[in-house]
Amino acid sequence: MKNKSRFLAAPFTVWAVGFTIIPLLIVIYYAFTDNETGGFTLSNLAEISSPENMKALALALLLSVVSTAICLILAYPLAMILAQKSVNQTSFIVLIFILPMWMNFLLRTLAWQTLLEKNGVINSVLSFLHLPALEIINTPGAIILGMVYNFLPFMVLPIYNVMIKIDKDVVNAARDLGANPLQTLTRILIPLSLPGIISGITMVFIPSLTTFVISSMLGGSKILLIGNVIEQEFQQTNNYHVGSGLSLVLMLFILFSMAVTAKYDKDGEGSLF
Amino acid sequence: MSYKLINLENITKSYEGQRVLDNLNLYIRENEFLTLLGPSGCGKTTTLRIIGGFESPDSGRVIFDGQDITNLAPNKRQLNTVFQKYALFTHMSIAENIAFGLKIKGKSQEYIKDKIKYALKLVNLEGYEHRSPASLSGGQQQRIAIARAIVNEPKVLLLDEPLGALDLKLRQDMQYELIRLKNELGITFIYVTHDQEEALTMSDTIVVMNQGYIQQIGTPEDIYNEPQNAFVADFIGDSNIIDGVMLEDRLVKILGAKFPCVDTGFGRNKPVDVVIRPEDIDLVKPKKGIITGRVTNLIFRGVHYEMDVEAGGYTWLVHSTDMVPVGEEVGIWVDPFDIQIMNKPESVHEEAVSVEE
Repeated sequence: MKNKSRFLAAPFTVWAVGFTIIPLLIVIYYAFTDNETGGFTLSNLAEISSPENMKALALALLLSVVSTAICLILAYPLAMILAQKSVNQTSFIVLIFILPMWMNFLLRTLAWQTLLEKNGVINSVLSFLHLPALEIINTPGAIILGMVYNFLPFMVLPIYNVMIKIDKDVVNAARDLGANPLQTLTRILIPLSLPGIISGITMVFIPSLTTFVISSMLGGSKILLIGNVIEQEFQQTNNYHVGSGLSLVLMLFILFSMAVTAKYDKDGEGSLF
Repeated sequence: MSYKLINLENITKSYEGQRVLDNLNLYIRENEFLTLLGPSGCGKTTTLRIIGGFESPDSGRVIFDGQDITNLAPNKRQLNTVFQKYALFTHMSIAENIAFGLKIKGKSQEYIKDKIKYALKLVNLEGYEHRSPASLSGGQQQRIAIARAIVNEPKVLLLDEPLGALDLKLRQDMQYELIRLKNELGITFIYVTHDQEEALTMSDTIVVMNQGYIQQIGTPEDIYNEPQNAFVADFIGDSNIIDGVMLEDRLVKILGAKFPCVDTGFGRNKPVDVVIRPEDIDLVKPKKGIITGRVTNLIFRGVHYEMDVEAGGYTWLVHSTDMVPVGEEVGIWVDPFDIQIMNKPESVHEEAVSVEE
């Protein structure tokens, strides 16, 4: 029996080795070897300490923390309301949330570009109303908007998944024992939905931290996040060694946030998949 | 005992157009053990949740100790609830669960510690402070739920089918436990169940409900011995409910035979429902009874035998400690005072509806 199930895992094993493990080893190889000589070096990793790269990393961290926070603030009350409704009522709202995900990520971001442009849809409407035009595109704000728009469902779903499993009578019991709505939220609901919150945070934070598409489409060429820097190393400078080194550093940040997740989400209740 | 602690006045409640409670009026006396009994969907749980504050009635008032609490939030009511599926806080220890209400009220550490000890002793779970709810059995979790409620010293404890998830033996033990608790605490219990045996065992007062209407209110003895309509008779225990005609005072005609009874005041030749409990039927020699029939089925039930007797075109259910073999001809005899006569239902809410079980 055990052997059979191992056999069934073979296709995925081939996939994982071919497209995850080997590429990862290649990245590690490039990261620790010198561009010119091919010898062992740590200078690719040390590239992160250059002022421009530090700035890009700090900005990426800042923007992804902010957009994760915004997602959480938007998603938590929504998930809470959804969980209280019956399935019939929720399926429509959930559909509205998931609908944008059916469209390609690049198209969605491109659409925002058109909306936010200097002569884009929003500014046309504003000038039609004789209001001053806004400078939204190519600002950090536009990047945060793109991140929140694209990653919000990944915050809502894990929280919602945990929230619907909480027995409504547990909430009623807290109220029954004298807790007001705020106390019920802080002492019962948030602790019980923590696995979903942690999972949602990771699922928004990681893609936000590593994105280069959103920042290059909505941030223009002036605002560089660490993702853009890595992309440039690969695409423009053709320096795979530095690109890999920076990727590896970024991976450390991700591993760190995964470790935090694993610590809180012991039961795996909050995982989306 | 006589003070009316809770008054429900003209309570009506609908869910999605379906009426669950229709103009319900009920009072609950101080220190009584009152049971709301009925089949699922009869409105008993909704009534309890309205008292607890988790549902608000569409119309009507809830009066608690002289005050209108209809729109008061659950956390401001002087009562506590024991939920059907325990609803313990799984992210807290047993001690933290019990302390929850007291911490919210800002009681001192010392007081809370004493209370936890007292409550755990009361439910026979001393030393369980640091266990987690998940490590406890269903019966133990239910006791913690009770402990968590009673440390708050409520005037009324609401219990929503608290024994529903437990197995038979445990359920019986917990019944005695609840009676003991009620006597030790000296507070009012409002208990919801669909189990008539539970209701008969524990209650001071039973409220039989069906389809949003109260069918009968009374002591367990009243409800069992003097059911007011066929629904109550059918729901509480087993019974033979037979169409009859009241010929005159103290004489009823059932299935073509004339049975002497003790009821008067029904008038002459009035159609009635006749209720006869299976244990009140005596099987005698053929011809010696009022009506003669044949035993068609026999089941041994432990304390008694359960027999079906075909007589007069009706299958009589008979409980007896004496066995009569299948196929034997028997006479049926019922003592006059064991025959319960009821008017046929007239209004809609008295209508006997099929019992879901």
